[in-house]
Amino acid sequence: MTIELSVNGRVVSTGAEPATPLLDVLRNHLDLRGTRYGCGLEQCGSCMVLIDGKPDYACSREIGSVAGRAVTTVEGLADNGTPHPLQVAFLEEQAGQCGYCLSGILMSAKALLDRNPTPSRADIVSALDDNLCRCGAHPRIIRAVQKAAAMIRAAQTHTGAPTGAQS
Amino acid sequence: MSEPLPLSIQNNRRMDKWLRFDPDRTLHLAVGKVEIGQGVLIALSQIAAEELDIDVARVNILSGDTADAPDEGSTSSSQSIEVSGRSVRLVSAELRQRVLARLAQRLNCSPEDITVEDGAFLLDAQPTGHDYWSFASDADFAADIEGTATPKPASQYTIVGQPVPRKDLIAKVSGAAFIHDIVRPDMLHARVVRQPSRNATLTSLDEAAIRRAAHGSFKVIRLGNFAAFVSTDETVVQRAAVAALTHARWDGARTLTADQQDAAWFVGQPCDDRFVGDPVTPPGGGTVVSATYSRPYVSHAAMAPSCGLAEFRDGHLSVWSHTQGVYPLRNSIADILGLTREQVTVRHAHGAGCYGHNGADDAALDAAIIAQQLPGHCIRVQWRREEEFGYEPISTAHRTRIAVELDSAGRPIDWTTEVWAGPHVQRPIFGGVMLAHEALPNPPAPARAGDPPEANGGGGTRNGTPLYDFPHKRIVHHLSLATPIRTSSLRGLGALPNVFAMECFMDELAERAGMDPVAYRLSLLSDSRARHLIENVAARCDWANRGPVGTGKGLGLAWSRYKNKAAYACVAVELEVDRNIRLTRVWCAADAGLVINPDGAKNQLEGGIIHAASMTLKEAVTFEGSGISSLDWASYPIMTFSEVPEIFTEIVHAPDLPTLGMGECTFGPTAAAIANAVAHALGVRVRDMPLTRERIASVLAGA
Ligand code: FES
Ligand code: FES
Repeated sequence: MTIELSVNGRVVSTGAEPATPLLDVLRNHLDLRGTRYGCGLEQCGSCMVLIDGKPDYACSREIGSVAGRAVTTVEGLADNGTPHPLQVAFLEEQAGQCGYCLSGILMSAKALLDRNPTPSRADIVSALDDNLCRCGAHPRIIRAVQKAAAMIRAAQTHTGAPTGAQS
Repeated sequence: MSEPLPLSIQNNRRMDKWLRFDPDRTLHLAVGKVEIGQGVLIALSQIAAEELDIDVARVNILSGDTADAPDEGSTSSSQSIEVSGRSVRLVSAELRQRVLARLAQRLNCSPEDITVEDGAFLLDAQPTGHDYWSFASDADFAADIEGTATPKPASQYTIVGQPVPRKDLIAKVSGAAFIHDIVRPDMLHARVVRQPSRNATLTSLDEAAIRRAAHGSFKVIRLGNFAAFVSTDETVVQRAAVAALTHARWDGARTLTADQQDAAWFVGQPCDDRFVGDPVTPPGGGTVVSATYSRPYVSHAAMAPSCGLAEFRDGHLSVWSHTQGVYPLRNSIADILGLTREQVTVRHAHGAGCYGHNGADDAALDAAIIAQQLPGHCIRVQWRREEEFGYEPISTAHRTRIAVELDSAGRPIDWTTEVWAGPHVQRPIFGGVMLAHEALPNPPAPARAGDPPEANGGGGTRNGTPLYDFPHKRIVHHLSLATPIRTSSLRGLGALPNVFAMECFMDELAERAGMDPVAYRLSLLSDSRARHLIENVAARCDWANRGPVGTGKGLGLAWSRYKNKAAYACVAVELEVDRNIRLTRVWCAADAGLVINPDGAKNQLEGGIIHAASMTLKEAVTFEGSGISSLDWASYPIMTFSEVPEIFTEIVHAPDLPTLGMGECTFGPTAAAIANAVAHALGVRVRDMPLTRERIASVLAGA
């Protein structure tokens, strides 16, 4: 039996048994190792991906439950090799220490910016509250999300077209 | 040069241990210190690029590799820039000097006439046609390092002191980047069935039940009380490991009790007593005051559970680990597995920030044990979250009692810091044991209690001696010989609990003396660097207009010089207390001498503040049954995004003073500043960490 789903805009199929965690399928079957294991308990957000545009824990979603759905991982953030404004802003702000939390945080932040292009600090911290960061990189991460939002808005006024929302 | 060569160079004398020019016009720099999220590699790259005058983008750094990089011990205690940085500076300056001396001979000029521009040599501002890549010779690299070259003066720096971005973050925001993501040929996934405690015997393992739960096939490796599941399918071994929690029977596991959780438990336990400082003076007739503070056991709580990879091929064991010290780990693994050191290579791979000695080394040993049983495969051991919380060496609970004799103006004339704690460092090289070793057929002798010597900053005694101008000061240290659980180093060792105690007590003494806490400190402190920081932070947080005590809003301040010899930091915390404590703003100033990368340094200061705030407000390891019961993020909560205050850091510019490690300098001051702010907000003093709602309520009830 195979399960089909869309990952980063590509249709993929996997022979994994339906109860396999999405996290294991992404990492071990599809070789997308940017989605990380932190707890397997829906408590840390290291494994955060987007499922049909909404942040969700890959560690505890079974692959059978995402058949036919669209999954976006950190590898799908860049658009044809052009980094997503969030990735640009995180690097410009050097928003991270060890970086282990970052891929999950980027996905939560993308979901936020997709629905709210002008988030306040309060919006950002509440959108990121399901993601833990042990290194204390929070102030920079908050700044980077604000910066990415500004970059996306600036690009939109330039081209009149939304960017960074390909999922 | 009168100073002795840094230990790193003494132990790695050949130039080619450190530096090499590669044909693609890059510089290969090999160092023993490793990246643990602190940005050390970019800082060391900047130092080399500066001395050699090449673009920092040309530096490729290899760190932590027993085959190809120098032995620099462990990466800990904010020592990397102080020690490794000094070595890299000397080595790079010497390579430049050697090459330029030969070129000067060739061109019949003086070396001073030659300038270097991104690795190319100019004479009288004209190209010579030579550069490092064409002119450096094998002889330059084969010779021993003398350490006699004079590095550049700080006034000429153009790369050091700049906020150069790190290279490693690019991968970390795009995809695979960590040890956890390494894929090797013939890789098998493994999980370990953990022995609940030393001496516990595995009496039965219901393999049939575990196989039913695992939904797939796996191999069982058994060696004494060490058991592991190995499979091509990670999902299967993960399920098997979870099932084993109920299908493995153990005899003889220890029992821990809740009273052992508290630092107070150490009082009256067998201990090794140490004494540091001035002899006890007979009481001078002044008022004697004392207070006792404590911090519970705390976890490193790295975001990633530990991971180790090992493969045994043709009699050689290759290991990948996010350890803080590849050489010490190599030696331990070789000894435990009966291999020679030459038969083992340990390579560093990035892990999550560790903040000290966590499960990294133990996971590597797990993988090595299994790999030796299954030659020809790469064994990847991934610890589970509960395993990391339950089995990593945690940081000891720590109790600090301060007793002082005051003069008539309320100033201490005699100060005693008394500490009760378990060992703050139990790396294998300091008498500690590795986890899986205890489960093997020939387990090692129990760990010996020990602590770093005073020359290295001490462990339980770290920052126990106040830097205030008190005439007599001393530490009495009761190092507990039998700690209920394995403990080892966590960011700053005893500095956080000791600075917490000392800087809280200074506020309490100021109140007794009827003085403002900042004015009281300044009246007792002649160290000008410290005074400068306190004045800086007090001005920025508008200390002069601090409100009255007991309004529910608090402002508190504290400072320390880490280890009494590394970086200085002063921190002020503003908070509000209603049902919970809510930090609103934090101001910090730090003085770390010459700062190599100011952006990286600020990142460290901010991270230290948040980590310490999390520990002060929330963190405590709990015990139950045979071990730790705080096994997930719900039972061991840490600070979240919505709880993080705004942080304003400032680094004092001191380029002519030696670089001081700053990864830990905000740690103690933050803890004390929070408690001082809580006392200001509520009018009562909470002396035991963490400052949870329940603890504050019980202090208020007793007030
Ligand atoms: S790994 Fe999924 S929430 Fe922690
Ligand atoms: S940067 Fe290390 S956990 Fe966030």
